[in-house]
Amino acid sequence: MGKMIYMDHAATTPVHPKVLEAMMPYFTEKYGNPSSVYSVAQEARKAVDEARDKTARALGCRPSEIIFTSGGTESDNAAVRGAALALRQGGDHIITSSVEHHAVLHTCQSLEKQGLEVTYLPVDRYGQVGVDELEGAITDRTSVISIMMANNEVGTIQPIAEIAEVVKSYRQKGRNLVFHSDAVQAAGALDLDVNKWGVDMLSLSAHKFYGPKGTGVLYLRRGTPFTPYQTGGSQERNRRAGTENVPNIVGLATALELAQTHRESASQHSRRLRDRLIEGILSRIERVQLNGHPTNRLPNNVNFVFEFVEGESILLNLDFAGIAASSGSACTSASLDPSHVLLAMGLPAEVAHGSVRFSLGTANTDDDVDYLLSILPGIVAKLRAMSPLTQTPTS
Amino acid sequence: MYSDKVMDHFFNPRNVGMIQEADGVGIAGNPVCGDLLKLFIKVKDDVIEDIKFQTLGCGAAIATSSMVTEMVKGKTLEEAKTVTNAAVAQALGGLPPVKMHCSNLAADAVHKAIEDYEGKRPGKKSRESLFKGEAAEAGVRGGREAPAYDEHLHHEIPEEED
Repeated sequence: MGKMIYMDHAATTPVHPKVLEAMMPYFTEKYGNPSSVYSVAQEARKAVDEARDKTARALGCRPSEIIFTSGGTESDNAAVRGAALALRQGGDHIITSSVEHHAVLHTCQSLEKQGLEVTYLPVDRYGQVGVDELEGAITDRTSVISIMMANNEVGTIQPIAEIAEVVKSYRQKGRNLVFHSDAVQAAGALDLDVNKWGVDMLSLSAHKFYGPKGTGVLYLRRGTPFTPYQTGGSQERNRRAGTENVPNIVGLATALELAQTHRESASQHSRRLRDRLIEGILSRIERVQLNGHPTNRLPNNVNFVFEFVEGESILLNLDFAGIAASSGSACTSASLDPSHVLLAMGLPAEVAHGSVRFSLGTANTDDDVDYLLSILPGIVAKLRAMSPLTQTPTS
Repeated sequence: MYSDKVMDHFFNPRNVGMIQEADGVGIAGNPVCGDLLKLFIKVKDDVIEDIKFQTLGCGAAIATSSMVTEMVKGKTLEEAKTVTNAAVAQALGGLPPVKMHCSNLAADAVHKAIEDYEGKRPGKKSRESLFKGEAAEAGVRGGREAPAYDEHLHHEIPEEED
């Protein structure tokens, strides 16, 4: 096997060399605990403060509104649970969508067990939430609205600014509503200015934008009701206890700064390859369907269903050919159900099992796309020849 | 995640295809769950003379289909009835736990193909009851009616085997 072609950047990305370089001193030289008083600790303190300033600049917010976490999942948990529990006296109703990441969905389900009510908004066939439907779901008891910025599976971008307008209008009527958005997949592709989007809380995860795993951000607008979920020391202004992961925080801020600086060019690069890949698959393989919004989607996301075949069997063949991708098939997860996102978009389960996602990154090239397009039709044909559902028996 | 043997059978599946004038056809699985197996047998003197399969499914589904055809080809119907899903998985050097129940149905398809064959021969002594008795002994979930769309596959993992 030759080189590996990595097309699963929505799962994770490699750490950028400049990010790794920035992190290195904080493992063995400037290893102090930022809460201590001596110099080696103060170097670490300074690094965390600088990282917070950089992160705040990328999000257009105050440094005090940044909470460093252990990743996107923690940020989502903290946001939804933290606001819902803080507002529980006045409201106990959460509105979210049926295509959120499990970090939000399962948090909502857990809150339901604690007596809160949750509305899971349906989506259209492209995976998009309707703003009118969302407004119609708001009740006198609604406290938290959580809608992702862009979907991790199909790349569909949600109408976040419009939803924020709705939230704002209710707030002007004196309602205490909090709006959270999971922007984990949007980082590096979309502008992250929290004031442009009008969100109160926003989740990010460093490893999705060439930063280290295990580190994330929760943006928490000043004045937003919030009950900390993790208690202990007074780190992160009493909002997230625990010694700061200094090297990773430095890595996150460096990666975010790089991602923002190169956002336009990186998006343009991905978008061009994405469109070539989509066109190429559509023109070379029959009985396929692009999942997600045709235009209003992340620049690096390509998601298709291939009828009469199962996703994992495509992935294994791709892997054999040196290409890494992922699938919404049940067979690639611990559950037996196919992707909840594809099901919510109205795809029948038997079709959803045949989904494959290619998520592009800065290292991908035209040659990668050409290579993929040269082998994918053969893989699908081979599997279809084996499938009992294929219309034309081949042997 | 998969053994070398599974990968071998996945990439080089044995006995793929269909038999036009099959003596028995067995179907197991359900496309809603992502796996569908169709097995064709040709029987002569109570021996499985030829066997072919078509499978829609993941690596485990395809590999177990291929494996079971090797295990029962040339065997008598009685011998083939004793082959279990667990035995197929074992012959492949094991399967990941999550695959044991959702994608390990190849022996079921063989049993159904035999059932189909025997059901089509009313002149001969019905082996229905015999089949069920042996299947239960062999650890197959006995007596379960198994049409093309298996109820038990609907998203629950029975607690057995492993």
